[in-house]
Amino acid sequence: MKLDMEQVVALLKGDTQSAKVVPPSGYTATLTLFTSGAMAFLVVFALALSLATGRLADRWSSELARSSTVRISAPAGQMDAQTRAAAEVLRTTPGVAQARVLSHDEQKALLAPWFGPDLPIDSLPIPQLIEVIEDGDGYDVEGLRLRLSAEAPGAVLDDHTRWRKPLVKAADRLRSLGLFSILLITLATGAMITLAANAALAANKQVIRVLRLVGAQDTYIAQAFVRRFTLRALTGAIAGSVLGMIAMLLLPSASTAGGFLTGLGFQGWHWLWPFIIPPFAAGVAFWATRAAALRSLREQT
Amino acid sequence: MIELQNVAYSYGGGELLSDISLKLAPGSFHFLTGPSGAGKTTFLKLCYMELMASSGLVQAFGRDTRAMDRSEIARNRQRIGVVHQDCQFLDHLSISANVALPLMVAGRDVSHEAENLNDLLSWVGLTHRADALPDELSGGERQRAALARAVIMSPDVVLADEPTGNVDWEMSKRLLTLLVELNKMGKTIMIATHDLNLIRAAKSQVNARVLRISNQRLQLAGSDL
Repeated sequence: MKLDMEQVVALLKGDTQSAKVVPPSGYTATLTLFTSGAMAFLVVFALALSLATGRLADRWSSELARSSTVRISAPAGQMDAQTRAAAEVLRTTPGVAQARVLSHDEQKALLAPWFGPDLPIDSLPIPQLIEVIEDGDGYDVEGLRLRLSAEAPGAVLDDHTRWRKPLVKAADRLRSLGLFSILLITLATGAMITLAANAALAANKQVIRVLRLVGAQDTYIAQAFVRRFTLRALTGAIAGSVLGMIAMLLLPSASTAGGFLTGLGFQGWHWLWPFIIPPFAAGVAFWATRAAALRSLREQT
Repeated sequence: MIELQNVAYSYGGGELLSDISLKLAPGSFHFLTGPSGAGKTTFLKLCYMELMASSGLVQAFGRDTRAMDRSEIARNRQRIGVVHQDCQFLDHLSISANVALPLMVAGRDVSHEAENLNDLLSWVGLTHRADALPDELSGGERQRAALARAVIMSPDVVLADEPTGNVDWEMSKRLLTLLVELNKMGKTIMIATHDLNLIRAAKSQVNARVLRISNQRLQLAGSDL
């Protein structure tokens, strides 16, 4: 096993001498190329899914965790008084960095996606919202609730955990599923390469026998097959990853409205991730073929 | 070189060879004869470690063959040239590539040994067929190519299994001459054959011992030939 690195190097340098001893394999080579390409294509999407849901979970758990909302529903006459009272309570609460009463236009903009721009909001009894931003330590939620109910009975504190937690959980689950898919695709690629390598080894039984008879060591014979399948997997995976990345580029970018959900593609340096796929696929092919070849050599001769 | 002590070999059912002891000394010349199916090929396979003895001890170059791992067997095979009964070529490679195959698998640079290869091909008279594929060769040409492949690594021992099986008498004599020449260069030679004429022809050229396998045992054949 300690020779493996040397073998990898020899493989990359290309010892065509050993590659020649096994006869060319025809159309089955195309199948390996195709499968490896298809798998790489799928991995690009699984990666994008994992990274995007990862971003989403981070965002929901960090950014939104730092903000909460106070909603004031009161009869029209008391609205202003209660709003002032609530704002005063918030201002004097330790742990609250900022409390901002949303303006009429801001509230209208928030509702516009749901009711359309033409709705006469003014005629509706809309509760007043106050956006609360925590400082690093946060505030005592129960204490604030009690104070608010005393000073402004119509105020309800919503710290978002109620709906945030299941969403973060779902995003985390989705990320795990994405990573699990990558694992499955990797294993399936390994299995496919093993099957293809076994077929090639069986088809070349006589060649292997002759090579053993003239003094070839197992690693030498294995290398001829390993080289072939590693290069095929590499080529296929390059094509698949490139196509996958093009497909990601062509995804419509998330609009501001959808920005809440984060774009589904790669962002920033995450674009480097797909470049790992081809060498990774080649590595899987290397190990799968090597294991298959050495096992089959021990069985055959 | 190769030494067998009380070796037996059995195929599933009965014993094919039993209680065989033999020492192949450096520079010796042996014929191995006996009826078809007596176990000549099996005997040779024990010598080049394709088969392992059911009991007894087989030593190659001073090492117990059963204690060798697959890599060591491969390395030792590079020191034993074998002419197989059915030649065993790689059909997709040219004759010169087939002859150079042992060099290739030993990791040697074939281009450095081109001169050596050409000499060898002209020694067996196949220079003009160097680029032909094995299937395009006649039986005699194949046997000579197999001999060239067996000796390209300059092995200490050459084992030949019915090297004259498919060729006419003229070609048999020519192959024999090549093997005798190798012996004169110091190689240990063992030829399995049922062709008594070949053995008689050899006796005039070289001091050969004749071994016979019969009733599962190896005997030294007398002067009855």
